[in-house]
Amino acid sequence: MTESRFIRYLLLSVALLFLGLFLFVPLATVFTRALEKGGDVYWEAIRNPDTWSAIRLTVLASVIAVLLNLIFGVAAAWAIAKFDFIGKNILISLIDLPFAVSPVVSGLIYVLLFGLQGVWGPWLLEHNIKIIFAVPGIVLATTFVTFPFVARELIPLLQAQGTEEEEAAVVLGANGWQTFWKVTLPNMKWGLLYGLILTNARAMGEFGAVSVVSGHIRGETNTIPLHVEILYNEYNYAAAFAVASLLAALALVTLAIKSYVEWKSEL
Amino acid sequence: MSIDVKNLNKKFGAFVAVNNVSFHVKTGSLTAILGPSGSGKSTLLRIISGLETADSGEIHLTGAESTYQSVKDRNVGFVFQHYALFKHMTVAENIAFGLNVRKRNREETRERVQELLHLVQLEGLDKRYPSQLSGGQKQRVALARALAPRPQVLLLDEPFGALDAKVRDELREWITHLHKETNVTTLFVTHDQHEALEIADRILVMNKGSIEQEGTALDIFDHPASHFVAQFVGETNYIEASLCEPELVCWGSFKFSVNGYKMGDKIRIYFRPNDVYVSPTPETLQVKGVITETRFRGPLIELTLDIGEDKFITALIPKGVALASGYKKGEEVFLGITAFHSFRV
Amino acid sequence: MKIQFKKHSVLPGFGITLGFTLLYLSLIVLIPLSGLFFKTSQISWNEFWHIATGERVLYSYKLTFGCSLIAATINMFFGLLVAWVLVRYPFPFKKIVDASIDLPFALPTAVAGIALTDLYSVNGWIGKLLDRAHIQAAFTPLGILIALTFIGLPFVVRVVQPVLQDLDKAEEEAALSLGAGRFSTFFRVILPEIWPAILTGFTLAFARALGEYGSVIFIAGNMPMKTEITTLLIVTKLEQYDYAGATAIAIVMLLVSFALLLTINVLQWWSRSRHTFTTAQELQ
Repeated sequence: MTESRFIRYLLLSVALLFLGLFLFVPLATVFTRALEKGGDVYWEAIRNPDTWSAIRLTVLASVIAVLLNLIFGVAAAWAIAKFDFIGKNILISLIDLPFAVSPVVSGLIYVLLFGLQGVWGPWLLEHNIKIIFAVPGIVLATTFVTFPFVARELIPLLQAQGTEEEEAAVVLGANGWQTFWKVTLPNMKWGLLYGLILTNARAMGEFGAVSVVSGHIRGETNTIPLHVEILYNEYNYAAAFAVASLLAALALVTLAIKSYVEWKSEL
Repeated sequence: MSIDVKNLNKKFGAFVAVNNVSFHVKTGSLTAILGPSGSGKSTLLRIISGLETADSGEIHLTGAESTYQSVKDRNVGFVFQHYALFKHMTVAENIAFGLNVRKRNREETRERVQELLHLVQLEGLDKRYPSQLSGGQKQRVALARALAPRPQVLLLDEPFGALDAKVRDELREWITHLHKETNVTTLFVTHDQHEALEIADRILVMNKGSIEQEGTALDIFDHPASHFVAQFVGETNYIEASLCEPELVCWGSFKFSVNGYKMGDKIRIYFRPNDVYVSPTPETLQVKGVITETRFRGPLIELTLDIGEDKFITALIPKGVALASGYKKGEEVFLGITAFHSFRV
Repeated sequence: MKIQFKKHSVLPGFGITLGFTLLYLSLIVLIPLSGLFFKTSQISWNEFWHIATGERVLYSYKLTFGCSLIAATINMFFGLLVAWVLVRYPFPFKKIVDASIDLPFALPTAVAGIALTDLYSVNGWIGKLLDRAHIQAAFTPLGILIALTFIGLPFVVRVVQPVLQDLDKAEEEAALSLGAGRFSTFFRVILPEIWPAILTGFTLAFARALGEYGSVIFIAGNMPMKTEITTLLIVTKLEQYDYAGATAIAIVMLLVSFALLLTINVLQWWSRSRHTFTTAQELQ
């Protein structure tokens, strides 16, 4: 009850060729080009102080964005999945909104609010607060583009689980916190981890939105992807690919954890 | 440890789930709420537990007003239809949950868990996770978990609904036994009349949010108080007719003595298949019927009888009698009805 | 009858979690987005029309929409093929191949951008081969197409895969037993079932491609009127401190995105209503 052997091999070969061409070859390029000039050049690129400051900024922005969106995701999932109220579907659509917005536009909206010509620009200038072309802008843009990830992961999960276990806990005498910590949280731990790694991967790799708000000041407002761009545009290909290989490795680790979580939560 | 419900009402939008319900459940009794799905029985149970709030009315648990008490403070045991066991906890952790959240001391908790494992006959399975248990075992864990904090009353929502027939029969017997041992006032909801008739001391029959009848299994089976109860509990036949003389209903050659009806009233006569007497000879019987089908039902034989005017009724007779009389399809027999109930339509 | 905002529940924390959700949503998403509309309202309609339909801008729309549409179409066909192969055929390293489908989600766009540029430039592994056939990929619309195909690759696969997995084998077997061939079984039984999912995946890939920036700018060459995509044009205007220009174009992009988001929601609703009508009955 299946296609003939010839058709099967044909379809399989075409599919794998397509994936090879579009996924594996580009990925392999990153690592071969990074190591082409030898280990010394690679380490030199990584150990460069500008690279280090880019790494520090990326980690800082990601940690803040992940934490904020984690708290938000859990709160939103609790409110939306465990209760019935009017306007729930509209709220879910609004949470999805950042997915529909181009990264460039995501950055632009903050420039329009906090930039020099922005709505609150003059006031910020007067009080000597810098948001655009500074770290707060990068954190905001990163938070925006990763906004829906955790919530998106948790809402359907909690909806599918229903409220029976929580009701059972309450009837057995548990208070709100006990119910959340002992029943809801353990039930959503895999979904939470899943959401976290996706948020983190996107946060660390975000380019368009961060590029718009960063100002590209070397050693100050450059994140890893922006640093890659600068090195590449300076024709410093080996260094660009060396730094890019860090992000590619992060992507592979993310995929590995993701697959592990999927496998675990299926059990 | 009694339950008193007074004038309880609950609407969901325009749908009346519970309609002015009042009843009393005696301390230590095992009471069933029997009704078809959508009759409001589960909602009623959830209101008593505090999981749902009533629009109006009162609930007293052990004589104390509980209408506005939080679920936590009511101290009721609740067993959910699909058990709602905590998936990530072992059997022992599930049972201990109600004690742990109340910060009971550890030794006491451990002892109580052992005691309950023994009570529900699941010793040795304490380290298993719910996914490693059969349906019947899960049900017993759910019961043990509900009983652990020593609730005032135990509420069960369709306790055997999700189990297959054989396990259901076993658990039915076991739960009567468990009830005798623990003596906790128990109220359970079911749509299965056999379940209710077999194990409950008292039965509340519910339909469309109202209680239609309250009584023992025998009361309800032998003296149904309404159309609904007559039809819903047990198998029944009915014919619709009116008075042909004062205090006499006639339908074909059937005659039923009744009282309390006026001429012109439409009256329904209900009679159970086992109250239909069948004989191959006329004896003193007036009514004839033709056998259109015979069906084997274990110790009984079910006959479908054509009594004319396109009306078919069923009769249940002991297999021995049926075989001795040699009833066959197409044969003419004589009928009598030994017991019936009448209601105005 | 009083309409209740919220159904009763014994679980606590509704007020605080919903309140926080709304506050955070407003601060991070709604207020900043409305700032864009506020800024646009400061430009006159004529000015807006003039910017949004300028020659260079119009060209960028054509290029962006054209390439995105073609890329999404490519992904529709290959995505269906990949999903089919992953669900139906056994082959070695299947788990790894399956996991790597999400690579374009996980790999930062800038990294994808430089890797693809390197591959397809005249000196690159693939660029060399194409050069021999006198095809230039990097710094042409073809390059943009390649980048957009890369970033849209997972959508159709990931939307179609679960639907294909849940497909009732019995239906297919019924069709076969009734004498339908493999081909007509596919077109008459399988395809109608997975069609909403394919369309959803297509729209998602299309929407993603329209807004893409990072992976394209390296390979595109960014020549005005030749290989300049709309998002790049927004950035260029911003860098020239032409806020009004950037805003006007961004509004156009945003409105298109919202329209697509709406389409996706409708498609998903359609897809769900086909597959889960039984659960509605279970809920009474």
